[in-house]
Amino acid sequence: MGYALNFNLIWRHFDKLWGGLLLSLELAVISIAIGTVIGLALAVWYVSAGRVVRAIIAAYVEFIRNVPLILLVYLVFYGVPTVVDLAYSAPTSFVLTLSVYSGAYLVEVFRSGLEAVPRGQLDAGRAIGLTPWQRLVHVRLPTMLRITLPALSNTFISLFKDTSIASVISVPELTFGAQWINFNTFRIVEVYLVTTAMYLVTGYILLFGLRLVERRFRAAR
Amino acid sequence: MASQILYALPFLAKGFALTLWVSFLVVTLSLVAGVLLGVGLVYGPAPLRWAVRIFSDTIRGIPILVLMFFVYYGLPAIGLHLPSFWAAVLALTLFKTAQVIEYLRGAVASIPKGQSEAAMAIGLTFRQRLTSVIFPQAFRRFLPPWINGVTDAVKGSALVSLLGITDLMQAINQVIGRTYEAMPLYILGALIYFAVNYALSLASRRLERRFAFIRE
Repeated sequence: MGYALNFNLIWRHFDKLWGGLLLSLELAVISIAIGTVIGLALAVWYVSAGRVVRAIIAAYVEFIRNVPLILLVYLVFYGVPTVVDLAYSAPTSFVLTLSVYSGAYLVEVFRSGLEAVPRGQLDAGRAIGLTPWQRLVHVRLPTMLRITLPALSNTFISLFKDTSIASVISVPELTFGAQWINFNTFRIVEVYLVTTAMYLVTGYILLFGLRLVERRFRAAR
Repeated sequence: MASQILYALPFLAKGFALTLWVSFLVVTLSLVAGVLLGVGLVYGPAPLRWAVRIFSDTIRGIPILVLMFFVYYGLPAIGLHLPSFWAAVLALTLFKTAQVIEYLRGAVASIPKGQSEAAMAIGLTFRQRLTSVIFPQAFRRFLPPWINGVTDAVKGSALVSLLGITDLMQAINQVIGRTYEAMPLYILGALIYFAVNYALSLASRRLERRFAFIRE
């Protein structure tokens, strides 16, 4: 053994970790927001669409879910610009990737939620003369949201952790900051202990916040 | 372009074999460790339960990448020198073990309490209760999510490329380094990962449907 813990160098470079954490959160929030729009739109389209559209949406979902995120990150950052005349920064590239990636996971969450909305509620909506759009906005979506919130929270937190993959294209988020300190100070155990704690605490704060939202929306089934 | 990729195929196949080997090791080792710790979490004494709970929640609370760097760079720092291949397998196994623990806990918790009480009433020992009553039933709930979770091991194995291990992901990056054919090679790689994982998730779904009769 003979490894003496010394956190001094970690605190001296703590801005790398703190700034990294903020960037991780920023990447997660933007990607999840875009992913939610993609997921919600495709899920609503899926449940009322014909076979062809369903097959295309299912293909998107299955493809993304069965390929490693790191490969998708490489593909968008190093691959796409070789065939399309586009230039984008590493953070933009990662947000693009994680949005499409989270969209695929969220389609599944929203779709199963929409399908779990009791038929009787929709019939009741029709009986009191709501238009299809009103039935969607006032009946289907609120009920779906209540059903999916627990699964949604888990997906959000999982996507927050996935931002660590951005470090492979040198986006200076939390994992990248940890590696920087690792390589420059060799306080290996200390930096990963602190980083672990930062991911855990942030994850639990997010979980706690999302549970509060769940409780707020949890009404009689 | 096509000839260059054709030329690289044996190299990619070797990388793919390593991806499968890493995934196999991780899945097997984590199954053993996860079932043992999972039983500890459900039936063990309080200190063991807390220890397993903290282990599982910590591992599942951090990105696999951080766990992998921690194990890879951290072990030598405290005097444990593992070859990078085994450090990577260890890190991925820790991550997967936490998952298996939760699958097992969920499967056992889904068996009605009356089953355990009935087994106790007819005088079965603790071990008999587990092996003849609880596990045969819990197995059917454990298997589908577990097989589906094998895809996480295959996908997670792509991260070992960051430790200089030539798995499929790293092989693809190396071939791109020589040929500059980024797009075709990444798409080829994605299709290979997709084929393996999609087959696994289909198997999981089929099993789930087959065992659906016990879902009340």
